[in-house]
Amino acid sequence: MSLETILLVAAALFGIGVYGALSQQSFVMLMMGLELMINGGILALVAFWAFTAGGNPQGQMLAIVFMTVMAVEMALGFALITNVYRVRRADITEKLRRLKG
Amino acid sequence: MSGGLLVDVIFWLFAAGALVTGYRVFRTDSMVRAAFYLLASFAAVGGILVLLGAEFVGMVLILMMAGEMLIMAIVMVMYMMNPAGLNPMWMVHQHRVAVAAGVLAFAVLAAPVLLVDFPDRPNPAPEEATAQLGEELLGDSMLVFQTAGVGLLSTMIGVVVLASRRGRYGEADEGSSEPSLELQDAESR
Repeated sequence: MSLETILLVAAALFGIGVYGALSQQSFVMLMMGLELMINGGILALVAFWAFTAGGNPQGQMLAIVFMTVMAVEMALGFALITNVYRVRRADITEKLRRLKG
Repeated sequence: MSGGLLVDVIFWLFAAGALVTGYRVFRTDSMVRAAFYLLASFAAVGGILVLLGAEFVGMVLILMMAGEMLIMAIVMVMYMMNPAGLNPMWMVHQHRVAVAAGVLAFAVLAAPVLLVDFPDRPNPAPEEATAQLGEELLGDSMLVFQTAGVGLLSTMIGVVVLASRRGRYGEADEGSSEPSLELQDAESR
């Protein structure tokens, strides 16, 4: 376990997330890709905190801010899914050709 | 940070678990199973965070994702076709572009890791990292903490407004039309 290996794992998680977010049709699966990207980001951040920051607690503070962003993203995503489904009966991205409701 | 062979073995188990389950998210037929694979991936990353000495952040990550994935599974059962995975599911678009983008993202992020010589100062994580974090949260970084809290609160309000069936401008499923700003228009109603 070294800084390099952890950063490689984080980069791989981010890459899988990019693949998922770009390839999936279903809204929920698309959001899972976004989550995986943030997952990799948190891992890299805490690795830097542990290996180079000398235990400065502000690194963990930033990780908590990341988690807040993740929660906000999930909540807004679910609300938009609910709204889009109600108005358009759409559950995959292909059904949304127009933005105007 | 050099905890010996055991820590290394546990780290590689968690790392392999995080990557494999993260990949399986997009390769399973069942959306509910996909949610639990994602939860497993987050739990493995949380385990790595605990190994790194960030116990608080790691455990909060696991707890938060457990709740979030349950909500995600419910949302999928509510809205999505084929949530149980009884039929094969392969719902992708622009697959080759997506694979290329994912590999490219990994390469771009991995290149600096392999090329840059990072400062090798493996400071051992402080023993009382959680206590330090608590003092940071309610001390120097209180503004950041409070701002995150207000952000979450405004998100809650906005999400309820977005998802409510009847909004200010009428029923949710009849589309939206804003009220006119003309004065006579409003009076004649």
